[in-house]
Amino acid sequence: MSGMAFPTKDSVDFLVVGAGAAGGVVAKELATAGFRVVVLEQGPYLHEGDYAHDEIKYTIEPGLTNDPKVQPITFRRLEADRARPMKAIEYGRQVGGGSVHFTANYWRFHESDFHERSLWGEVSGANLMDWPITYADLEPYYTKAEYELGISGLAGANPFEAPRSKPYPLPPMPIKSSGVLFERATRKLGLHPFPAPVAILSQPYQGRAPCVNCGFCESFGCEVGAKSSTLVSVIPLAEKTGRCEIRPHCYVRKIETDDAGRTTGAIYFDRNRREIFQRAQAVFVCANGVETAKLLLMSKSKRFPEGLANSSGLVGKYLMWDNGGAAQGLFEHPLNEYKGIQVTRLIHDYYASDAKRGFYGGGAIDARFDYYPAGFALHGLPPDAPHWGSEYKRTFATYFNRTMMLLSHTTSLAQAKNCVSLDPDVRDAWGLPAVRITFDHHPDDVATMKWIQARQLEILEAAGALKTWSQSLDIADNMPSRHLMGTCRMGNDPGTSVVNAHSRTHDVPNLFVADGSNFVTSARQQPTATIQALAYRAADYAIRAARHGDLS
Amino acid sequence: MVAWPQVLSAQQHAHAAAASRTAHLETLDAATAGEIEAIAAQIIPSTGGPGAREAGVIYFIDRALSTFAAADREAYRAGMAQVQQKRKELFPNSTTIASLTAEQQMTLIRTIEASDFFDLLRTHTVLGFLGNPSYGGNRGETGWRQIGFEGRMAYQPPFGYYDAEMNGEKK
Repeated sequence: MSGMAFPTKDSVDFLVVGAGAAGGVVAKELATAGFRVVVLEQGPYLHEGDYAHDEIKYTIEPGLTNDPKVQPITFRRLEADRARPMKAIEYGRQVGGGSVHFTANYWRFHESDFHERSLWGEVSGANLMDWPITYADLEPYYTKAEYELGISGLAGANPFEAPRSKPYPLPPMPIKSSGVLFERATRKLGLHPFPAPVAILSQPYQGRAPCVNCGFCESFGCEVGAKSSTLVSVIPLAEKTGRCEIRPHCYVRKIETDDAGRTTGAIYFDRNRREIFQRAQAVFVCANGVETAKLLLMSKSKRFPEGLANSSGLVGKYLMWDNGGAAQGLFEHPLNEYKGIQVTRLIHDYYASDAKRGFYGGGAIDARFDYYPAGFALHGLPPDAPHWGSEYKRTFATYFNRTMMLLSHTTSLAQAKNCVSLDPDVRDAWGLPAVRITFDHHPDDVATMKWIQARQLEILEAAGALKTWSQSLDIADNMPSRHLMGTCRMGNDPGTSVVNAHSRTHDVPNLFVADGSNFVTSARQQPTATIQALAYRAADYAIRAARHGDLS
Repeated sequence: MVAWPQVLSAQQHAHAAAASRTAHLETLDAATAGEIEAIAAQIIPSTGGPGAREAGVIYFIDRALSTFAAADREAYRAGMAQVQQKRKELFPNSTTIASLTAEQQMTLIRTIEASDFFDLLRTHTVLGFLGNPSYGGNRGETGWRQIGFEGRMAYQPPFGYYDAEMNGEKK
């Protein structure tokens, strides 16, 4: 850590809200370009030595994520329902954000993801739109992200991938037994398996040690720094400039604006719950697809009575999240799936929408094992397995090392009724309104998940599974959602979008929003690569605008 | 290059060993603990290898109720009162759950297995059997050994049978 500390009464060049996957990238770009940057982060500043292989702390308790005991969330399926407290969404809540505890799958979007409306047409009940940018606009930033963060993968191995200007900087991770079985089965079925691109180091990179295959990626912070979070990659570079202060335990409650309608900084609670105002020439909100919308909705003023940057009324609308479902199989020999990273092989064969299926949507399927020991015994067994007694014990003991999961990652359509709003009744420990989530699946999304689940079972059969079973696709059984997208949509028309094609808000010229909330479509999940590419691109634009005196 | 696997593995085992030595009750009284343990020992019995009892699950539950699951104390109090009521109905001459025969204990559990309290107790029993030993259960990593989880800080490929087979080196 640099120890850099700006006095709050001084105006810095940029204030960044959220030190996660996007905020870390933005802070590094701005600071290395010569600007003075303060980053406000809700959560703590932890490091490798603070983490542990502790299933209870990180999967039962919210070790690295938002804690509903202090920040309650309410959920309802439909607007007419009464929202009830439920951890419907989850986000990384520390410096590095979700990039610290994510599974580290790191896929680029396909070219078609940016113009699916033009390809497919209207979807009834949804607001399927083209992005205002193309894959080609984003490609240089995907490449930059892959090289600055450290991504392992094999270029060209996925026949459906979009053109790349450079290969991955690191070779793929070692294949696991699930990957071998999946590869054999999918090839037999005429499909095209490829090594999973992941934000995990397969070899030493930029002074960081490679992965030790401990298996504790999903929900955990990496104890050897091999997961390419912003915490261990770009945030140290930002701090090294001496121009960037990462300020943890700072919970922003309002973005302030002046009479001219420009932002002047933000008011936040510090770790002692004192209110502080940090002045800034420009602000980047990178707080994630739910918290960003919440903050803008809370930032009401005379000039912006419906919340900041919300003249379109679309802040918080079009929430999309991580649809998909699981199928599992039992095999004759030990797979020992708990060793090594979660995912080593996947397919994109069913990624594109296909009119022959009769509905919009598509998905990817990966081979993995999503469990740690207790979680498997509690949630990983077939529905017909006993829940207690000697047969229960025998089942979880036999199945633990012989089971693999195929997980799908499917479309989540943008629907205006799915949204983030401020709960009128429930407040958090700081007295701020709780986030209220309204979310229900679009029928095409349900059809996609069901159709893909049948493909998952086919692959498991082809892999020689002794027994297969599928898991519930019901919303209630698949929360919390962690891929939070769409609530500050990108577009060229200020009437139908919140930010422009460079993540600058239409309404407030020195306010940017860069995170999953910018997404116009959900693609097929795994949003982190695109969140970070968009963040690089937004920062690039902001730097040019600031140098032209366009932001002050 | 530092030999991460060896360093980390040694460190992890040292932590686990230290954690397993302490075993005393903080929240539950001995009588209640004995009753809860009798049920936990039917959820994960000692057939075919050590079960909840040998893994020290009751010490995990006691510590959970003293710490992260303190909010569940009332659920335990009310839940156990209901189970005792059921026991008296089913076996009027009995005095405790622990003194019932295994068959009687299983009969008793069948009458409560759909309840929220049983779900909570089952969850805690499994966490105490397979969670990190630093929480007081999974003594000597006995739960992990039952399922074949090595609990190391690092592994080298091949990891399982099929990747080893692919590499032509059967494991």
